[in-house]
Amino acid sequence: MNSRASRSRASDRFMTGVFYCVGGFFVVLLVVLVGYIVIKGFADMDLSFLAFDRSGIGNQLFNTLYLVFLSLLICVPLGVAAGIYMAEYAKPGKLTKFIRICIETLSSLPSIVVGLFGYLVFLLMTGATWNLLAGAGAVSILCLPLITTTTEDAFRALPASYREGGLALGTTHWQTILHVLLPACVGRIITGVILAAGRGFGEAAALLYTAGQSTNINWSNWNLLSPTCPLNPLRPGETLALHIWTMRTEGSLYANSTEIANFSAAVLVLLVFAFSLLARYISRRMAKKSSGQ
Amino acid sequence: MEQTKPAVAGAKASGRSNMFRKEYLGRTVVTICGLFIIVLTLAIGAFLVYKGVGTFTIYHHSLLEFLFSSDWDPSSSGSSGGGTVGAAIFIFGSLITCGLALLIATPFSLAAAIFITQISPRLGSTVIQPTIEIFAGIPSVVYGWVGLTILVPFIRDVFGAPMGGYSVLAASIVLAVMIAPTITTVSADAIRGVPSMYLEASYGLGSTRWQAIYKVIVPSALPGIVTGVVLGLSRAFGEALAVAMVIGKTRAFPSSLLSPTTNLTSAIASDMGNTADGSEHNMALWSMALLLLLISMLFIILIHFISSRKEASGK
Repeated sequence: MNSRASRSRASDRFMTGVFYCVGGFFVVLLVVLVGYIVIKGFADMDLSFLAFDRSGIGNQLFNTLYLVFLSLLICVPLGVAAGIYMAEYAKPGKLTKFIRICIETLSSLPSIVVGLFGYLVFLLMTGATWNLLAGAGAVSILCLPLITTTTEDAFRALPASYREGGLALGTTHWQTILHVLLPACVGRIITGVILAAGRGFGEAAALLYTAGQSTNINWSNWNLLSPTCPLNPLRPGETLALHIWTMRTEGSLYANSTEIANFSAAVLVLLVFAFSLLARYISRRMAKKSSGQ
Repeated sequence: MEQTKPAVAGAKASGRSNMFRKEYLGRTVVTICGLFIIVLTLAIGAFLVYKGVGTFTIYHHSLLEFLFSSDWDPSSSGSSGGGTVGAAIFIFGSLITCGLALLIATPFSLAAAIFITQISPRLGSTVIQPTIEIFAGIPSVVYGWVGLTILVPFIRDVFGAPMGGYSVLAASIVLAVMIAPTITTVSADAIRGVPSMYLEASYGLGSTRWQAIYKVIVPSALPGIVTGVVLGLSRAFGEALAVAMVIGKTRAFPSSLLSPTTNLTSAIASDMGNTADGSEHNMALWSMALLLLLISMLFIILIHFISSRKEASGK
């Protein structure tokens, strides 16, 4: 009996050690991984990589930011409105349940399937060639469920007194939503939007057949044409994430494509980190502000 | 009385138009946006079905051939057809890489979830949880890049793999790292949901912490943990570029963990652009996309089934 108890104490201590090892392993893996990506990217860097032309990634960086901006223009109004509907107007029932299943389906769709849908609807059916707007459309489909659920959660987390206070002043439900509830939710919604943007930056599979790859882009036109050209949403626009893919798979046509891919990966990871830190900072500030009231 | 009547009627009329601005307009707009989500989801499903069934209706291949034959030689131009569309190698490639990825990721993720919730919640919330979140935020292409830059040469040099290290093993490890955050987060939530009296009761019976974890905590959090595993599996199935970068894209059944193969998503990602729209090859790729959609819906149904059974047993 005594030996059995001491045996289970020993195995308890052993397993505690194992759990610490696994936890430590994750931290070490992350530090090594991120360190490797960033160091490798900047060690192989050449100043020409920063250029806004064929040899640099400036264009891709601009395309990434511009594409995510366009997709947020599409999916933020839609997502916030749908979230408001789900939180404030949707009555419990079959329809609401079905919308919830749809949101869940959308959020778990493989991004390549969304990319193919975008390719079919935005390109094949309109007869257009690869363009940024089609890419933005595909990315907004991927971000829509995230923004909808964030908005709904934000509305549901508000104390009932906000709603009652608004209604007691004689406003309609919609006016209460617009002037009382929505302003109170802005912080959380912004956090969700930034997280969605982070997802957009890293998206590649959905853009493969919508925003286009470098092989289909004539980058020499980019600098020569008028300043309206870079902002034209109907031009092909390869993003940073896709650039890593093209440079590492069919990039043998380019000189030092591996180094360019390394640098792109480093820049992309730093960009995503910056956005997730921003989201964290904003949500923490909002939490402080609301708890201070 | 007679004097106030018209005034009331007037107020009613203007109240109606006011109500339109104050309530109905906004309400209608957000309702349309809510319904748009249904339209969008159904449209994605409908378009994929419309394109995906072409293999079977236009080119008259049987479903059995598509799923179980490994004879893949579709004609990629014109609309003549006449090739074969056996996608078994792609399907097997997806299954084996995702299965292996789960085998690798689940123990680590479960251990991390237990660490966060039971062993050291303080370290968990300050160090491990943010680490897991950062892992989740790294773009999938970057994982593919890391796999290509570190893992593939490593497998080539250490195990002497053929095809320069492009292998099932490399793809599975890349997928495992990608899905670990999903499994960890969902499992940790499930373990947190176990009533604290369960733990107290098992301590009261004199169990050690490890005994309480594997005899009480994990079994009662099992439905949630399985949900996390299914979510991870669904993410692994849909992942395209990271896998395509390291799997080797060789159309053959893998003879070992170290040999290359291909999968559904890599085939779609690399071949869709090279096939003429409406050709047999193109249609077969759309059928694969439809298969991916069906698999991801199957996983959702599975998760609903698990959570409804959990609710039923909880009552």
